[in-house]
Amino acid sequence: MHFLRQVVDWFFTASHWQGSAGIPHRVLVHMAMSAAAVAAAILVALPIALWLGHVGRGGYAAISLANIGRAVPSFALLVIGFEIFGLGSKPVFLALFALSVPPIVTNTYVAIRQVDPDIKEAAVGLGMTGGQVLVRAELPVGVPLIFAGIRTAAVQAVATAAIGAVIGWNAVGRYIIDGIAQQDHVEVVAGAVIIAVLSLLTEVGLAAVQRAATPGGLQVSEPTARRVATLPGAGAAGDQ
Amino acid sequence: MRLVGAGDPWIQWSWVRAHPGQLLHAVWEHTFLTGLAVGIGLAIALPLAILAFRFRWTEGPILGVTGVIYTIPSLALLGFLVPLTGIGTTTAEIALVGYTLLILVRNILAGLDDVPSDVREAAHGMGFTASRQLLRIELPLALPAIMAGIRIATVTTIGLVTVAALIGAGGLGQLINDGLVNSFRTETVLGAVGSVALAAVVDALLLGTQRLITPWSRRQV
Repeated sequence: MHFLRQVVDWFFTASHWQGSAGIPHRVLVHMAMSAAAVAAAILVALPIALWLGHVGRGGYAAISLANIGRAVPSFALLVIGFEIFGLGSKPVFLALFALSVPPIVTNTYVAIRQVDPDIKEAAVGLGMTGGQVLVRAELPVGVPLIFAGIRTAAVQAVATAAIGAVIGWNAVGRYIIDGIAQQDHVEVVAGAVIIAVLSLLTEVGLAAVQRAATPGGLQVSEPTARRVATLPGAGAAGDQ
Repeated sequence: MRLVGAGDPWIQWSWVRAHPGQLLHAVWEHTFLTGLAVGIGLAIALPLAILAFRFRWTEGPILGVTGVIYTIPSLALLGFLVPLTGIGTTTAEIALVGYTLLILVRNILAGLDDVPSDVREAAHGMGFTASRQLLRIELPLALPAIMAGIRIATVTTIGLVTVAALIGAGGLGQLINDGLVNSFRTETVLGAVGSVALAAVVDALLLGTQRLITPWSRRQV
């Protein structure tokens, strides 16, 4: 109990809320970077995965990319980025971008491939061209799964941005890394609380956006989400 | 700390040749940490999944709790554990096991749920008791999904172990960290490439095992 009391006191210490080492500044930097990296990943990965799903090719490549992507340690990307770009936020951006691409690619590909063939046939029968079938039939039906992939990417980015502290990047992870270095367990746990809260807020917030944006008839049912999770590499689709 | 690496090579083969023992040790440690985490994770997840399968009301709480653990960022979970279990392998293992649970429970449960109801009815009609049905019919038929879960959990864990090096767990992450601390690119690159290669090899081995023990489900990816 004494220890928890110290953690609470840490949060009520005014100096922890001020300046460039304060909570507000570090949280802002942390979240802005995560958002930028995920936005860039969407811009790059979404069009490619939509097209791959539409033409029905490259599935093996998409799944493999996700599986290998899972194994590439963000920590290593961060250090390699540091070797290329030096100090600053660029290595963090690189690592978070690379982390965000696989779940977006896999989920988007699976989402488009899973569209009921009858829907596609009906769209073709209505005289739609290939591009129109993709944009007006496949995309709307695939939105829930695609959004689930973006959500996974965002939560991962917020969680992983903490590791940026290893190369000195001044965001929330510094409380943990500095705390471990100084054997200040109170600061370590306080930092862990902040990161866990940020990540849960991202998850819950985006889930609310997803529910609001999805028409009732298209809500992904739990069995569908689970079945997707059994595809090796498509597990990200089920992280909800 | 240097600002930008001034053109030294990404990999120095002479160093690699001079330190085979250190590399093998890192790979071994990494494999051991991963295997232990997935093994313990499976030992916990299997009963949990069977519990959720038998008593449907436990499914929500079980998936909920393992889901919350899964959502806690790795550095944060390690941070929470440091005051309790200190710096080192134990802390890392607790966190790693925690992350495997959701993946494994969800896949085992999906596999059990997907057993066709006519198969179940046939077993029931043949006089199978519930536990015999589970052991002889449902679990074997769920094997492809269970193996898929083990593959995802294993590859994910191999990636997470590198982060665990930050709290002194060892493995290939330690090489990456040493490369950063010593400003020596070769170690970082070896740690990164080693961990991806390890994941690829282990995944291929698990896929081979899956094909071997479930020859009836060749159409699975």
